[in-house]
Amino acid sequence: MIGKNKSVPFSSVAGNGLLDRRLFLKSGLVMGTAQLVAGNAHAARREESVRPDWMNVPGKPFTPYGQPAQYEDDVVRYPSPNRQLRNSGASWTPLHRLEGIITPNGLHYERHHNGVPQIDPAGHQLLVHGLVRQPLLFSIDKLLRYPLQSQVCFVECGGNSNAGWNKTPSQAEAGYFHGLVSCSEWTGVPLATVLAEAGIDKTAKWLIADGADAFAMNISIPVEKAMDDAILALYQNGERLRPENGYPLRLILPGWEGVLNVKWLRALKATEKPIMARNETARYTELLPSGQARMFTFTMEAKSLITSPSGGMVLKQGPGLYQLSGLSWSGRGRIKQVDVSADGGKTWAPAELQAPVLPKAFTRFRIPWQWDGTPSVLKSRAVDETGYVQPEREQLIAAQGRHGFYHYNAIVTWSVDEDGSVTHVYTAESNQSDNNVDIDAGWD
Amino acid sequence: MLAGINPFAGEIRPGPGLGEPAGSHTVNSLDWGVMPDGAGLPQGSGTAGQGKVIYEKFCISCHGPGGFGDSGDQLAGAQMQLTDEWPEKTIGNYWPYAPTLFDFIRRSKPMMQPGSLTDSEVYALTAYLLYLNEIIAEDQEMNAETLADVKMPNRDGFIQVLN
Repeated sequence: MIGKNKSVPFSSVAGNGLLDRRLFLKSGLVMGTAQLVAGNAHAARREESVRPDWMNVPGKPFTPYGQPAQYEDDVVRYPSPNRQLRNSGASWTPLHRLEGIITPNGLHYERHHNGVPQIDPAGHQLLVHGLVRQPLLFSIDKLLRYPLQSQVCFVECGGNSNAGWNKTPSQAEAGYFHGLVSCSEWTGVPLATVLAEAGIDKTAKWLIADGADAFAMNISIPVEKAMDDAILALYQNGERLRPENGYPLRLILPGWEGVLNVKWLRALKATEKPIMARNETARYTELLPSGQARMFTFTMEAKSLITSPSGGMVLKQGPGLYQLSGLSWSGRGRIKQVDVSADGGKTWAPAELQAPVLPKAFTRFRIPWQWDGTPSVLKSRAVDETGYVQPEREQLIAAQGRHGFYHYNAIVTWSVDEDGSVTHVYTAESNQSDNNVDIDAGWD
Repeated sequence: MLAGINPFAGEIRPGPGLGEPAGSHTVNSLDWGVMPDGAGLPQGSGTAGQGKVIYEKFCISCHGPGGFGDSGDQLAGAQMQLTDEWPEKTIGNYWPYAPTLFDFIRRSKPMMQPGSLTDSEVYALTAYLLYLNEIIAEDQEMNAETLADVKMPNRDGFIQVLN
């Protein structure tokens, strides 16, 4: 928040105080006000000649591996394990406490089916077999000698945001509702290079990927995707993968459902047909109202949400100028536009997209908002480069029913009340509240 | 397919060729996959009666008596079907292929000792779960041939989106 002066002639671009997205870039007036306040504070400190405690003693020495400030120790993942098997389930990225587009490695979301294996890379190999000219084994040391490539992309669990199917709006904080998605720079060997080396056969249409965890997770991936942009990832944000994200080797399929990005990768088998594994039949399929279910729904469609302010926060400083900030992403490519509404969807204005806008990666959006202190309803709506528009909740439910469990990407609506408290609400059209919590599958 | 949208320079980058040839013995020892047509099913056999004993030892604590579910998935006995208000997805009304049960149980179960069951024990558990779902008779033996022949009720219940 920068100023409280409602008389400043900001140019409104949509209803209920949304301002031109370039305001912070072009308005000397706003920044001038902020600097004046800061200048006064500085003068006051000099007069009192007080040095804060940390300036009166030498600082601490070096650390081999840096940690967050002690005052940030509540910026953490939120684990939601299975009731009995505490190593199975998911942990959520605190999206509402982060900025920018890169998720710190220690906060990347997790989804484990039977815990995190502690793999010695010296004892781990990748087998490429099936419809290939020559089955091949690759040690990690060998893979590290290949030409590496990097891509910044999100990974999103197919079950992310699935509390949205519930009839009662979840009041979990934004990251603990939508945070089974994270974005990293992944570096590794292009999968196409390794498949070409093994001599993959033209009759091969699928790759069955197999993980080295206790669950021995397996799943089928179209060869076309493998040859397009799949990565055998060894590094995440510059350092070797974390154990919970697949150390020492993870498959990365940019833009595709998280479960396909097999961690602890131990084998890839080229086949004509998919294996119809438990996690592509019994799970990760979306039941429709007809009783039929969608399977092989690979791409994570465009989505956005305002992360600040968001559910559970309070605009304690009262009416004034705020910056709305959020995340958007699409598994089909770049985000083209994010529209924001402060009047419950009656009027919309385009937000500023923070560069870089990368394909299949988080894109940060921001827009200034002059809150007049009245109850307000905030929404964001992503449009990707294919023209796909993020749906309203009632549109999504009309198309998919209410028991799909996976692939919930509807517009998120935050209500700001008079005292600044932010809660998650459904619009009147989609509000079906009957106090039932009704997600119809667990996280095993 | 490789041109245009491929971020890796539009063509396959050649690697240094460091993969080590794997012989058939190595490949077979590392390949546990069972295909939906039964390809990959091993020798061995079991019945529901044998499977019930194993189920009550290893599975019942999470999946409940009779597969009705607890902290683990409901496996059988759906009261609500897929088009009802509160659908219950079970092996009997949802899983499209029976060999998937063998593939999944052998690789992943039981959760505390994964991979510890013999192939015949996996066949027996598979038989018990199919029997609980009223798909096979209690005394019907499951083996590589009979399991591949089981047609699941929801075999045609899926739309392949592939996108």
